[in-house]
Amino acid sequence: MSEEPLVRVRGLTKVFGQGEAAATVLRGVDLDLDCGEMAALLGPSGSGKSTLLTILGTLLRPTEGEHRMLGEELTSASDAERTRFRNVHIGFVFQFHHLLPDLTAIENVMMPAAASRGRETGAMRQRAADLLDAVGLADRREYRPAALSGGQRQRVAVARALMNEPPLVLADEPTGNLDRESADQVMALLDRINQSTGTCFLISTHDEHIADHCRRHIRVLDGQLVAAELGGAS
Amino acid sequence: MLYAAKLALRHLLSTPGQTLLLMLGVAVGVSVFVFMSALIGGLATLLTQRTVGSIPHITFEMAERDPQRIVGGPGVQVAVQKDLSRRAQIMVWEPAVALIEATRGVTAVSPQIRGSAFVQRGQTIAPVGVIGVQPDKLSAIADVAGAIVAGTEALTPDSVLIGQTLADDLGLRVGQVIVVRSERDRERSFRIGGIFALGIASADRQALYMNFRTARALFGLPSGISRIEVKVAPPEAAPRIAERLRGATGLKTTPWTDENEQLFEALDAQGRTGTIVKTFALITIVIGIASAMLLSIVRRRGEIGIMRAAGASQRFVLGIFVIEGTLIGAIGAVGGALIAWLALLPFPPLEAVEGGGLPVDRAQGDYVVAVLLTTLAAGLASIVSARRAARIDPVEAIGA
Repeated sequence: MSEEPLVRVRGLTKVFGQGEAAATVLRGVDLDLDCGEMAALLGPSGSGKSTLLTILGTLLRPTEGEHRMLGEELTSASDAERTRFRNVHIGFVFQFHHLLPDLTAIENVMMPAAASRGRETGAMRQRAADLLDAVGLADRREYRPAALSGGQRQRVAVARALMNEPPLVLADEPTGNLDRESADQVMALLDRINQSTGTCFLISTHDEHIADHCRRHIRVLDGQLVAAELGGAS
Repeated sequence: MLYAAKLALRHLLSTPGQTLLLMLGVAVGVSVFVFMSALIGGLATLLTQRTVGSIPHITFEMAERDPQRIVGGPGVQVAVQKDLSRRAQIMVWEPAVALIEATRGVTAVSPQIRGSAFVQRGQTIAPVGVIGVQPDKLSAIADVAGAIVAGTEALTPDSVLIGQTLADDLGLRVGQVIVVRSERDRERSFRIGGIFALGIASADRQALYMNFRTARALFGLPSGISRIEVKVAPPEAAPRIAERLRGATGLKTTPWTDENEQLFEALDAQGRTGTIVKTFALITIVIGIASAMLLSIVRRRGEIGIMRAAGASQRFVLGIFVIEGTLIGAIGAVGGALIAWLALLPFPPLEAVEGGGLPVDRAQGDYVVAVLLTTLAAGLASIVSARRAARIDPVEAIGA
């Protein structure tokens, strides 16, 4: 009997709206993601990439289908259980960094852990400092987002996604708002973390150049997976 | 520090101008609350003080005798008539006075001879109410000595004290002689020893103070007295003390509260008006904080979304905004109470309030109640808004 992958979805369907206004965004998607994968989710705008990511991130429930992660069935879990699961096991990086403007870089990185524990601890601060070191922002710990460049903010967002040591990080167009040089830096960072920690990254993008950093390409078109192939970084 | 509290504090500090304005709004509301409490309380105290200041708190009189019981039969009609065959007087009054004086809460006792009379000056006659008092008890009930505007307060057997209005009406001055004819048709001449102005229209127009012994002769009461007037502290204890002494003395007792129901109704209405104003002040605070929190939540929608996406629970998000609103309420309330206290400092104490002045009693400002109620109301107002924040869909909020 083969070991269950990190993420397994089967027959995943998502329909928004009802009746004549119903729009089917995902149509029976089957996908497995293993620990340590670095995968790009490719497809044009409106193909269903973001919807798939939000379902995999437990932010959205599928209309139909099975969604399992770390052996847990998440579709039928309660909202509170899904929130807790998301906090511990899934990290997010968004196109816009979405850092909290009133917190410093290190406080932003600590946020996922502090929010779940209700307080900041010395261990959290140390972990956040190490992560900022890892993303090359050791000297920017006490800076607020407004004092950081776009690339630096996105690197803080990456560090934040890794705070709780999740096995899966979902990145939705993480470089979409950056210039080419910053985008390459961020992708190199994700690749390095993937290599060193074995964290699985699923990166949504429509940019083939960005996808070249990933070892697996998953293509989505009109709500369906049309191909899952090895990428340029393999 | 709780992480939710830290975020709430950061939210407040991120827009200091707006936060200060919000707290100022709360402070103004609380100031109104405190000011109204001090004004309504002060007014009640002043009215009570002025009402009870010059009147007896308890009056003791001879109990009316029940008419003799007539056993009627079928078809027999019974007519009950008040016993007017004897004068109402307290015959054994000295032991009663001693007993009353020994009672806890009693501060002054004045046995009195009371009766109606006419004052004649030339061809002018004016009705007066004669109050025969022991000279050393002249000011036991009303501060007659302190109200003397001409002459002296000394009550010799042949002198009387009259009110300013009566003196003006009859054109009388200190030292002049008047004739007083009592209801018992006895008359005697008196010299005007002093003129008082108590500020009570009825007293200044009709009261005439004379020596206790002289009054005995004028009203034909050789041993009995008309009534005993008593002051107690606090005045609110009068009904309780009156009830107790009624049983002990066997006399009819009338506390001041029985004859001033209108005052109580007025104070009650005034209190209700104050409560309404204070309630509106609180409602304004609640609406202000609730709307400010809603605006804050709309502005921070994306931040809430990212926190929820990062696994922050709904309860955690709720906590941030409840703490934020409660902090605005609590700090604003303390500031408002302080502002009100400072603003009330220039007002004179109740004793010094003159006509037209506001009778504000700083001690009755209800500062703690105002702060606690406002903080509680702010917390509740925040919960309503914060629940909306907690329900924000992270996918919609961050446009994921």
